[in-house]
Amino acid sequence: MSARQVGQPPEKHKLIASRVNRLSPSGIRKFFDLLASMEGVISLGVGEPDYATPWHISEAAVRSLEKGYTMYTSNSGMPELRQETARYLKEKYGIDYDPAGEILITVGVSEALDLAMRAILDPGDEVIMPDPHYVAYDSCVILAGGEPVMVPTRQESGFEVDAADIEARITAKTKAILLGYPANPTGAVMGREKLLAIAEVARRHGLLVISDEIYARLVYGVEHTCYAGLPGVKDSTILLGGFSKAYAMTGWRVGYALAPREIIAAMTKIHQYTIMSAPTMAQVAAIEALKTGEADVQEMVEDYNRRRLVIVKGLCEIGLSCFEPRGAFYAFPSIAATGLTSEEFSEKLLLEEKVAVVPGSAFGGCGEGYVRCCYATSLAEIEEALNRMGRFVSRHRRK
Amino acid sequence: MLKDILKILEDDARTTGKQIATMTGMPVAEVNKLIKQAEKDRIILKYQALVNWDRIEDEQVWALIEVKVTPEPEAGFDAIAERIAQFNQVRSLYLASGTYDLLLIVVGRSEHTVADFVSQNLAHIGGVQGTVTHFVLKRYKYDGEMLAAGEGVKRQPVIL
Ligand SMILES: Cc1ncc(COP(=O)(O)O)c(C=O)c1O
Repeated sequence: MSARQVGQPPEKHKLIASRVNRLSPSGIRKFFDLLASMEGVISLGVGEPDYATPWHISEAAVRSLEKGYTMYTSNSGMPELRQETARYLKEKYGIDYDPAGEILITVGVSEALDLAMRAILDPGDEVIMPDPHYVAYDSCVILAGGEPVMVPTRQESGFEVDAADIEARITAKTKAILLGYPANPTGAVMGREKLLAIAEVARRHGLLVISDEIYARLVYGVEHTCYAGLPGVKDSTILLGGFSKAYAMTGWRVGYALAPREIIAAMTKIHQYTIMSAPTMAQVAAIEALKTGEADVQEMVEDYNRRRLVIVKGLCEIGLSCFEPRGAFYAFPSIAATGLTSEEFSEKLLLEEKVAVVPGSAFGGCGEGYVRCCYATSLAEIEEALNRMGRFVSRHRRK
Repeated sequence: MLKDILKILEDDARTTGKQIATMTGMPVAEVNKLIKQAEKDRIILKYQALVNWDRIEDEQVWALIEVKVTPEPEAGFDAIAERIAQFNQVRSLYLASGTYDLLLIVVGRSEHTVADFVSQNLAHIGGVQGTVTHFVLKRYKYDGEMLAAGEGVKRQPVIL
C-alpha cells in the first residue's frame, strides 16, 4: 500500500459514480477534523443552535416512546403534524395548504431539498441559485442530475439576489430558481419587493421556485416574507421549512415540504421508497413544538438578537467590516483588511488563536473574501472570540 | 427598555452598561441611568452569585417550613409575616394558598440550628398556630439552574 501524502486530494475513485466524484468534498470538513484534535477552541463554526430542545418538546417524545409509538407513520407524515403545519402556516403567513395532499413531512429540510430536486429535474436541467449559498444546494442539484447555475450576490446589496441577475441566466434548460432566505451563510433577508420581482421573472419564464425557509423565524427587526404567500405563486412554488433552527431541534431530523399536489405526490413517491417516514418520535415532538413552542422561539430569538448586535459591532471594531445580517444566526464579515484568502484566514485563525470560523469560499466563489461566524454560542465565548480575532487581525493587517 | 436591561442582568449580573448598550442598541448613558433608577426604586435589589454550596465542604441545611397562623384583624397576614421575615435564618418567605398560610425557606448550619429556630423563635410568635418542617434532602435545581455536575452536551463538529 502506498502512503498518500498529506494534503493531496483523495483520489477520484473509478468505482464511484461521476456525479458523486464531481461533488467537492465539503471545504469545512478539513477544519473540523483539525478542530476535533485541538483543546480550548472557541467555535463559531457550527451552524446550529446552542440550546437544547425545550424540555416540554422532548418530554412529548419521551411520553410517546413510553406509550409505544415506535412504528412507521403514514408516508406523508402523521395527520396531526400535517394539520398543525397547515394551521401554523395559515396563521403566520396566511397561506392555505391542504394537509391531505399538499404537505409532506420529511427528514429535515435536507431530505426535502433532495426530494424536490429529484422530483423535478431531468438530466441537464438547470437550477439558478444565489452565490454564496448553503453548501447542500449545488450538491443536491448535481446528485439529481441537474446543473447548478450561480447568481453572484454582493455585500454592497446586502447579499440579496436580484431578479434581473436571475433573468440574465435563464436558458432553455432552466427549470427552477432555488432561494434560501434568511440565508446561510450571509444572514441576508430578502424584502418583499425584491421577492415580488423574482416571482414575476419566474412567472414570465414558467419556472418553479424552491424556497428554503428553515430560518424563517430567526429574523431581527424585520418581517419575514414567505415566498409562497406572494400573490399567485403558490402553484409554482415548493416551500421547505422545519424545526431544526427555530426550535433548536437539529438532531431530531424532521421538516416539511409544501407544494402543489402533483409535486408532493412525486416527492412522496421517492420518499416512500427511500425513507418510508420521518422518525415517529420526532414527528410527535414537532407537533408539540407547533402547538406550544411559540414562547420558546420568541425567547431564543431575543437572545440571538443580543448576540447578533454584540458580534456585528465587535467585528466592525476589529476591522472586519460586516454588513448587518437581519436573519439566521450568522455574521459574514469581509476579511479584506487582512489580505488573506478565506481559507488562509480560517486556518491561521484556528492554529494561532484557536477560533474556528468557516471560510466563505466553502459557500461558493462569491463567498471568497469573507468568513462565516455563527453567533449561536454564549456571549462570553463571542466576546473572547472577538478578542482573539482582534489580535489576529492586527497581526495580519494588509501592509 | 428597562425590561430588556433587567432580563440581561437577571441572566448575568456582571454584564456591563457598555455591553448592555450594544445588546439593546440603547446609548450607554441611557442604560446606566435606567439601572441607577431601578436600583433606587428597589426593582434591582442586589447583584449576587448563584452558589452551589453542595460542591464545597460546607455543612448547610435547608428546610421548607409550613406555618399556619391566625391573621390579625387589621393587618391580616402581613404583620406576622414581616415579623417572621426579620430573622436572618429565613431565606425566603411566601404567603401561599392551601392548607397552610406561610411557606418559609430556612437555611441553617445543621438540623439542630433549624430545629432551634422552629422551637425557640417561630413557635413563640403570637398568632403562629402550628408548623410543619420539611428538611431538604437534595437540591436538584435552584433558581433555574441544574445543580448536578453534568458536563452538558457538547455539539459535535458537523459539516454543513
Ligand atoms: C439553509 C439551510 N437549509 C437547510 C438546512 C438543513 O436543515 P434540516 O436540519 O432541517 O435538515 C440547513 C442547516 O444548516 C441550512 O442552513
